[in-house]
Amino acid sequence: MEYSPPPLFKQGASARAKVVFFSLIALILLVADSRLRSLTVIRQVVGTALYPLEQVALMPRDAAYMIGGYFTSVAALEKENRLLHEQQLANAQALQQGRQLQAENDQLRRLLGANQRVPLKSVMAEILFDARDPFTRKIVLDRGARNGVEAGQPVIDDVGVVGQVTRVFPLTSEVALLTDKDQAIPVQVLRTGLRSVAYGGGSGSLDLRFVPTNADVRNGDVLVTSGIDSIYPAGLAVAKVVHVENKASDPFSHILCQPLAGIDRNRQLLILLAKSGLPAQPVYQDDKSKDKKDVGKDNADGKVDGKDKAAGKQAASLAAAAAKKAEPATKQARTPAAAATKPSSAGTRR
Amino acid sequence: MNRPHYILRPANPLFIAVSLLGAFVLNLLPWGRWYGIPDFVALVLVFWSIHQPRKVGIGIAFFMGLLMDVHDATLLGQHALAYSLLSYFAIMIHRRVLWFPIGTQALHVLPLLLCSQLVQLVVRVLVSGNFPGWLYFLESVVAALLWPVVTLMLLAPQRRPTNRDETRPI
Repeated sequence: MEYSPPPLFKQGASARAKVVFFSLIALILLVADSRLRSLTVIRQVVGTALYPLEQVALMPRDAAYMIGGYFTSVAALEKENRLLHEQQLANAQALQQGRQLQAENDQLRRLLGANQRVPLKSVMAEILFDARDPFTRKIVLDRGARNGVEAGQPVIDDVGVVGQVTRVFPLTSEVALLTDKDQAIPVQVLRTGLRSVAYGGGSGSLDLRFVPTNADVRNGDVLVTSGIDSIYPAGLAVAKVVHVENKASDPFSHILCQPLAGIDRNRQLLILLAKSGLPAQPVYQDDKSKDKKDVGKDNADGKVDGKDKAAGKQAASLAAAAAKKAEPATKQARTPAAAATKPSSAGTRR
Repeated sequence: MNRPHYILRPANPLFIAVSLLGAFVLNLLPWGRWYGIPDFVALVLVFWSIHQPRKVGIGIAFFMGLLMDVHDATLLGQHALAYSLLSYFAIMIHRRVLWFPIGTQALHVLPLLLCSQLVQLVVRVLVSGNFPGWLYFLESVVAALLWPVVTLMLLAPQRRPTNRDETRPI
């Protein structure tokens, strides 16, 4: 036919075709992001492009803060000053003793031939905003890859651990709070030394899973990081036990903890620039013989010394548990066996 | 009831872009974890999909969704999927909705917004398995309540007379 309809009604592809096309792309993106975690490039580019806009959006709030700060009464400032002085005095003693203990500890460690603990560098960061996502608990800080921040580094405030850096952009970084649903942190009960893993409850609390009913955990016990994950330095305060419940029908106690750090309160936080000594993601191979060789090597390293950090790159199945646990915001294996083996496997590797 | 139907001036593409940008900046504001903060981008996208389906369609909705995904630190594609479907359904009903008075229009828009929230909820439940509580859906209700305001604001430039008549009473 030489006659064609006039271009009056041409609207391009139909809406149905378009929605199918874009939904498919969205689904592919979703699967790629949730299963493969391979879309960091898109995120980096878009995130950097959005940075100025985000700054613009934050301007009214910052201006309000500034005005509020300007009109803070002298009395309030004096009160805060006095409080800080008192705190400093209280801390001074602890600090001096701490120095002495540090020196003593270093010497004892030298005597034992154990690894020296490396002092950590840190960078101060300010919270830009809470990510507006009702499903997770994340905050965005104003320091990024340009300041040496890497994914996996712990974030603390003046009291204890707040969370862990999960994504890094050039100028900003995302931190998953301890109370995030997928977040887990290896802890130790300060009083008894019992090791466990605390999981975020998603609603402002943490819980210890797979602790046997006869374990010695009481209300008011303080949990500190155990340091066996080689991500969080040992001894940072994490949470306080607020509720212990034992049921006859359940082989494990139900233990609820309240985070110690001001997770929802602070504006300034400290990112610890810890270099994680993690092995690379294990490559799953069908080649059993290679697997066995690696495991043997890994064990040997663990026995001799903690030198396996370099060798850890090719660590396979034994390291898999540790790597899985250490990977930020990864879903944890939720079986008692896994929870029990993870800390111990990581422990031998130290 | 005979509601007058005004003949509007053509929509300015620049104004559409500015309104989308403004909605995006409103979404970027540090709202924190309050319940019931409407998703301004979704609302403005529905508005333009209903009023100007040939100018703002599914493609633009998809890209706005990607931007929201990156900013909200959600899964890449979650908002994109929700907004694409939202825009599609808005285009499907656009011929019918505009014949109703403004309150009824808001009632038509509410299920669309709820549907887009439901899509996001399903995605999140499938991926991470946690449910944020029923107050989550309050967002859409607030957004639907804002529909008359949005209509008033975004249609204002099209309601200007072409040539000002000083002698006209109104």
